[in-house]
Amino acid sequence: MIVAERKPMAEIIEMVKDCTKVLVLACRGCVTVCSAGGEREAAVLASLIRLGMKKEGKTIQVIEGSLVRQCDKEYIDAIDDWQGQYDAIVSTACGVGVNFIANLRQETMVYPALNTTFFGGSAEQGIWTEQCAGCGDCVLHLTGGLCPVARCAKSLMNGPCGGSVAGRCEINKETECIWQSIHDRLGSFDRMSQMARIAPIRDWSSSGHGGPRKSVRNDLTIA
Amino acid sequence: MSFEPKITLFSCHYASQQSCAEKGTELQQLGFPATITLVRVPCTGKVQVTTLLQAFEDGADGVYVVGCPVDGCHNVKGSVRAAKRVAAVKKALGELDVEQGRIEMVHLPRGLHPEFVAAGVAMDKKIRSLGPSPFHS
Repeated sequence: MIVAERKPMAEIIEMVKDCTKVLVLACRGCVTVCSAGGEREAAVLASLIRLGMKKEGKTIQVIEGSLVRQCDKEYIDAIDDWQGQYDAIVSTACGVGVNFIANLRQETMVYPALNTTFFGGSAEQGIWTEQCAGCGDCVLHLTGGLCPVARCAKSLMNGPCGGSVAGRCEINKETECIWQSIHDRLGSFDRMSQMARIAPIRDWSSSGHGGPRKSVRNDLTIA
Repeated sequence: MSFEPKITLFSCHYASQQSCAEKGTELQQLGFPATITLVRVPCTGKVQVTTLLQAFEDGADGVYVVGCPVDGCHNVKGSVRAAKRVAAVKKALGELDVEQGRIEMVHLPRGLHPEFVAAGVAMDKKIRSLGPSPFHS
C-alpha cells in the first residue's frame, strides 16, 4: 500500500487560513489501511482544523466526506455531491489523490493533508515499513524476494557494502542490512551462488529519472 | 476577572464508582471540584480521539481521562489505549501551539479512594493556572 502520515497542523492551518468552508475529503484506499487518511483520521483532522482556526480567532465550516478512492476518475466525479459547500478541499489521500483532483477539477483548490512517504506494509499493528521503491525494474527474483533498492540505505545492486555490523545497517542500527538478509535467505535455498553474480550498471530511467512514468494497456483502453 | 474553568472528565465506571456513592453526593462532600463534568464510560478504551477533541470544541478548558491501572485494566488494555489517545491529542495540541497540559491521563484503582478526588483537585488547579482555553472564540 501507499503509506502516508498527516502533515503538521501548523502547515495545514496555513493552507486553509483564508477559507470559510472546507471539505475534508478522506480516501478509503491505502491511506485508510495505514490509518493516515481514512474517515476516522479525516474526522480528527476536521476537528483540529476547527480548533486551530478558532485559536486564530477565525470561524470555519468544515464538512467531511470520503471517496472509495481518489485515484480513479469515476470516483472523483462523486465530488459533485458536495457542490457549492466548500472553498477548498483538504484531501487526506496520498499525493496521487491530490493530483487527480487537481487534474480533473480545474475550478477546485485542493490542499494535501498528508505527506506521502513510501510503498510499504504493516509490520505489526501501528508500524509500517518500506518494502518497495517502485523503481520499475524488479530484481526480486535475484535477491530472494527482498528489495535492495528500497531496503538498502544505499540502494546497492552489489551488496553488502561492508559497513554493516551483526546484520544491522551502518546508516541506522535499527535497520536490518538487507544484503545480509538476502545472503542468508539465498543460502537457505542453496542459491548462495547468486550472490557472486555482478549486477551491471543500472539504467534508472525506469525509476522516474526519465520523467513521469505512464503505463498503457491497449487491451483495456476504450478509444 | 475570576476564571471558573470548565473541565471534562471521561472516567471508566470502575475508577469512578465513587461518583455513585451516597446517591451521587459523596464526591462533592469530599471536595471534588464543581468545575468538572464527569462522563462515565464503560471503558476508557472506548474514548476516541474525536471524543476528546469534541470536548474542547464544546468549550472545555481542560480534559482528562481516568482509567484503570496500566497493569490492572478490567478490559485488559482499555486504559492503555486511552493513554495512547490522550498522548495523540497532547501532541496535536502542541502542534496547534496550545498547552499540552490541558489534557491528561490518570490511572487509578477501582472503588472508593481519595486519589480520585485528588486528581480532580489537581486538574482544577492546573487549568486555573493555565487560564481559559485558547479555543474560545
